[in-house]
Amino acid sequence: MYSKEHKEYLKKIKLNNFLIKFTQLLIIVLIISIWQFAADHELINTFISSSPKSIVNTIINLYKDNTLFHHLWITFYEVIISFLIATIGGILIATILWRFKFISKVIDPYLTILNSLPKVSLGPIIIILAGAGTKSIIIMALFISIIITIINVHQAFTSTDENKIRLLKSFNAKPHQIFFKLILPSNYPNLINVCKVNIGLVFIGVIMGEFLVSKAGIGYLIMYGSQVFNLNLVMTGVILLAIMASLMYYLIVFIEKKLTKKQ
Amino acid sequence: MDILRVKNLKKIYHTKNSEILAVENFSLNLKQGEFVAIVGPSGCGKSTILSILCGLDKASSGNIEIEKGLKFGYMLQGDNLFDWRTIYKNCLLGLELENKLTKENIKYVNKLLDTYGLKDFKKAYPNNLSGGMRQRVSLIRTLATKPDILFLDEPFSALDYQTRLAVSDDVYQIIKKEKKSAIMVTHDLSEAISMADRVVVLTNRPSKIKNIYEIKLTNKSTPIQNRKAKEFASYYDKIWKDIDYHV
Repeated sequence: MYSKEHKEYLKKIKLNNFLIKFTQLLIIVLIISIWQFAADHELINTFISSSPKSIVNTIINLYKDNTLFHHLWITFYEVIISFLIATIGGILIATILWRFKFISKVIDPYLTILNSLPKVSLGPIIIILAGAGTKSIIIMALFISIIITIINVHQAFTSTDENKIRLLKSFNAKPHQIFFKLILPSNYPNLINVCKVNIGLVFIGVIMGEFLVSKAGIGYLIMYGSQVFNLNLVMTGVILLAIMASLMYYLIVFIEKKLTKKQ
Repeated sequence: MDILRVKNLKKIYHTKNSEILAVENFSLNLKQGEFVAIVGPSGCGKSTILSILCGLDKASSGNIEIEKGLKFGYMLQGDNLFDWRTIYKNCLLGLELENKLTKENIKYVNKLLDTYGLKDFKKAYPNNLSGGMRQRVSLIRTLATKPDILFLDEPFSALDYQTRLAVSDDVYQIIKKEKKSAIMVTHDLSEAISMADRVVVLTNRPSKIKNIYEIKLTNKSTPIQNRKAKEFASYYDKIWKDIDYHV
């Protein structure tokens, strides 16, 4: 049994958490209502700023045309593929760099140059080389995320506690044992963080790519909307993106919780 | 009977701008069951000697002879337990790495855990253990591979003073009970005198042996008890003068 004071304390925490959630909800409800109110009373130009109702209508229309899930799926597919390749490939390359210091030193200036280069500038080259299609979009997203993945993961791997490595070496551990018994498991939190950053970066890459070449996807919807001056479509695209990106972010947080629960 | 003979060990460290003579003319013999402590000014190369002895570092010249078939165990500063492994799994680490997860060895680890008060913590994670218990786990991890000689590199320096006293008592008794020989590097003179049979005093860099003290205490027992022996203070005095600390 808890003391009275402790119960009060728990109550206070509960109340505080509730207030936070409530205020968060209130903000979004307020924004939507003010937006809709302003649109209804012609305080804003709905042609430019759209309105919540027309966004919902646009989504319903897209759904009725059977194109909503098609566009969502295309973007989702491109994001997932690029995310997986960037994350897994980045970790693999970082592992090679960790294992062979010589390669890592040789490649270092090139990584730095590639990292500071605005990857969007590679867009035209990628399109010419890979054609105007999904392939180009995925390569674009890959370029944006894999370089920073390699740099971050390599940095994390090499800053693993030196004493623990010595400990393993004193048991005559071979490099692959050091990697699988120590480097990888001790860096799970870092790898999860890399995943979180990558989801954001890959989205940037995919949408950039879709702006440049695509025939479908959310980026295409936004681009198309702006070209025909259908701002409803543009806003809808942005809202769909926001929902999708945050869902994927929470998916990673969920996986993180599953992985770290036992400790 | 000497199980380890080190003769004229020399170590030079190379950096871009200079070379540093870290250890010179270091010779030491270790007897079966003996506990030797090495003390010296900080940065004098004490740890280097241990790294060389257990093969993590290469000597520039010198001779190391080991009784055939003897095995080393290395315990370094801090417990270095892996947070994501249970206590039990932490203790099996060395066996896993050496591909020796036999039934007999696992039974031995279990016995060690049971004997040294960790029976109920096998499934716990290191975060849930006190500093002293963690140190004990770290020792069991080293003992699991059945080493004959233990190299202890300032094993207690991460602990606070009280825990340190208790843990050194603890570790000492385990080492004696399991009949291991040990070489310990420390900068704590009282720790060295209270635990060791012999104390080797090193000079400033380059490390040479300045003096070796055979520690003979009346009623020699556990490290904490040994601190009360009447000879303790005089040993402390002599070694302190040898080391010649200046701030």
